Amino acid sequence: MKIVVLVKQVPDTAEERKLDLATGQLGRESADNVIDEINERALESALRIKDANKGTEVVAMTMGPDEASQALRKALSMGADSAVHILDDSLEGADTGRTAATLAAALRSTGFDVVLAGNESTDGRAGVVPAMVAEHLQLPLLGSLISAEIADGAVSGVRQGDGGTLNVHAGLPAILTVTERFPEARFPNFKGILTAKRKPVATLSVSALEVPASASRTVVVSTVERPPRAAGRKLIDDGTAANELAEFLVVNRLV
Amino acid sequence: MSNVLALIEISHRGEIAASSRGLLVAAATLGSPIAVVVSSEPLADDDVARLGELGAARIYSAVTPAAGTVLVAPAVDALSRAVEAYEPAAVLTTNTADGREAAARLAVRTGGSVLADVVQVRTDNGTVVAQHSVFGGAYTVESAVDGGLPILTIRQGAIEGQAPATTADVSTAVMEATTAGAAVIDRFNDDPVVSARPELRSAATVVSGGRGLGSPENFVLVEQLADALGAAIGASRAAVDAGYIAQTAQVGQTGVSVSPQLYVALGISGAIQHRAGMQTAKTIVAINKDEDAPIFDVADFGIVGDIFTVVPKLVEAIKARSN
Ligand SMILES: Cc1cc2nc3c(=O)[nH]c(=O)nc-3n(C[C@H](O)[C@H](O)[C@H](O)COP(=O)(O)OP(=O)(O)OC[C@H]3O[C@@H](n4cnc5c(N)ncnc54)[C@H](O)[C@@H]3O)c2cc1C
Repeated sequence: MKIVVLVKQVPDTAEERKLDLATGQLGRESADNVIDEINERALESALRIKDANKGTEVVAMTMGPDEASQALRKALSMGADSAVHILDDSLEGADTGRTAATLAAALRSTGFDVVLAGNESTDGRAGVVPAMVAEHLQLPLLGSLISAEIADGAVSGVRQGDGGTLNVHAGLPAILTVTERFPEARFPNFKGILTAKRKPVATLSVSALEVPASASRTVVVSTVERPPRAAGRKLIDDGTAANELAEFLVVNRLV
Repeated sequence: MSNVLALIEISHRGEIAASSRGLLVAAATLGSPIAVVVSSEPLADDDVARLGELGAARIYSAVTPAAGTVLVAPAVDALSRAVEAYEPAAVLTTNTADGREAAARLAVRTGGSVLADVVQVRTDNGTVVAQHSVFGGAYTVESAVDGGLPILTIRQGAIEGQAPATTADVSTAVMEATTAGAAVIDRFNDDPVVSARPELRSAATVVSGGRGLGSPENFVLVEQLADALGAAIGASRAAVDAGYIAQTAQVGQTGVSVSPQLYVALGISGAIQHRAGMQTAKTIVAINKDEDAPIFDVADFGIVGDIFTVVPKLVEAIKARSN
C-alpha cells in the first residue's frame, strides 16, 4: 500500500505570529517555521501502518518554498520512505484553490492508495484543501477523523461531527484527514536522522504538472492589527481574594 | 437584490442547526437569502415556518435518499444545482466539518473560491467582503474573491442578531442518490445531552479548567463555578488530553474560539495556543497558583492562589450576592 502524507510548514504556534499589514501575508519577522503538528500526527498513523505491514510505502509531500525541505527532512527522519517537494516561485501566496489544484496534480503523478492530511493547518485554519483535492481527484474524503482503520481496499473511521461522532467508510483510493485525537508523533531517532539524508526527494515544478488554470482567486482587502491586551489587577490570595473577585464581577455586571 | 445561498445543516434526527440563525443573518446582509436544505423526506411545515422566521426568503429543498447515509456529497449536489438555478452572488455554509467540506468541493465544481472561517460580512460596491479574525484575534483581515463565486464558511456563534422574518417560498427538487466518490455513513453516535448549560461558542460567560484541576473528579469545581455564573464550560488542551472533559470543550488554536463577556481560567497556564482561543473576551479572570503564569498577562483580574481554596469561596460569595 502506498500512503502519501501531505505536510505543511507553518510558523510555530508557540511564538508570536505576524502578518505583513500591507499584504496580509505572513510577515518575514514572524515565528520560526516548523512542520505543522497535525501533519506529524498524520505521518505517525501512516508509520504505524508501515510498522505493522512491511510492504507499506510512505511518501511525504509538501508544497512550499525552499525552506519547506526542512519539513520533508523531518518527515524522512521520522520514517517516511521518500518525499516530494512542489517548489515553484509562481506558487508564492497561492490561495487554497490553487494549492489544492497543484497538490491534486502532484498526487496524480505520484500515485497513491491513501492520502493522509491534517484536518486544518494552524496558520490558515481553512480546513478546505483536502476536500478540494478530493473533488479534483473525484475521491471520497473521510475528514475530521478521531480514529481510523486502514486495510487493503477499504478505510473506515470515526468522524468528529457537531453533536456527536459518525462511523464512516469508503473504498480505496481515498483521502483521510486526522484531528488532534490521533496520537502524538514519535521523535526521529539517531538512525532515522542518518538514513534520512540518503532518502530520495523529488522536486516538482508547476510546469511539470498539469494544473488546471482557475479564473477565480481570493484577495486580501485589508489587514488591521488589534492592540495587545494589557494586564489588569493581580492579587495574591490572603483569604479575601475570592470576595474581592465576587465584588469585581458584581460591579462590572458580570454576574 | 442578488440571491445568496445558505446551506442549512439538519441533524440526522431532523433538527435545524442552531448555526442557521447566524448564517441567515449573514445571507440577509448580502442579499436575498435562499436556504438550501437536504433531507430524505420532504420538509415538514414546521421547518419551513422556522426557516422563514430565521429570514429565508426561499427554501431550496433537495430530497434524496442519500441524505443521512452519504457523507457531504448530497449537500454538494444540492448546492451546485441551486447555484445553477439561482445564480447567487455568494454561497454560505457553516464552518463545521460538513460545511467546510461542502464549500471546498463546491468551489472546485463551480470554479469559485472559499473564504474560510468568516466572522462578519459586508458588500462594497457589489463585491462580497468577508472578515476574518486571524491568529487568535491578533489581526482582523478582510478578503474577497476576484473573478468567481465567493463561497464563505461562517464561524459558529460569530454573527449576532436576527434576520427579518419572512414567509419562505419552497422549491422542492428530488435528487438521485449518488454514492460514487463519496464516503458512506454507517452510524451516528450522538453525544449524550448532559446539561442545560449554554453553548460554548456563543455563551456570554465561559469558565474553563486546565491541567491544574488535577483529575476528572476535581473538574466538578469548574462545573460549580460555571453553574453559579450561568456559564458554558471550556478547557485547555492539557485538560482534554488528560481526559478531564470532552474534546469539544477545548478552547484555543486547535479548539473553539470564544469571545464572551467574561472568561474565567482556572488552573490554566495561558500558553499562547490557549490564548489564541480566548484573548478577545471582554473581561478575563484567571486563578493560578503560579504568579508568573502567562495567563496573568492578559487577565483583567488575576488571583495568585490555589483554585481548591479560592473557587469554593467564590461560588459562595457569588451565591450570597445574587440572592
Ligand atoms: C499545535 C498546537 C496546538 C495547540 N492548541 C491548543 C488549544 O487549542 N488549546 C489549548 O489550551 N492548548 C493548546 N495547545 C497546548 C498548549 O501549548 C499548552 O500545552 C496547554 O494549553 C496547557 O494547558 P494547561 O494550561 O491546562 O496546562 P499547564 O500548562 O500544565 O498549566 C497548568 C497550570 O495550572 C496551575 N495550577 C496547578 N495546580 C493549581 C492549583 N491547585 N491552583 C491554581 N493553579 C494551579 C499551574 O500553575 C499551571 O500554570 C496546543 C499546542 C500545540 C503545539
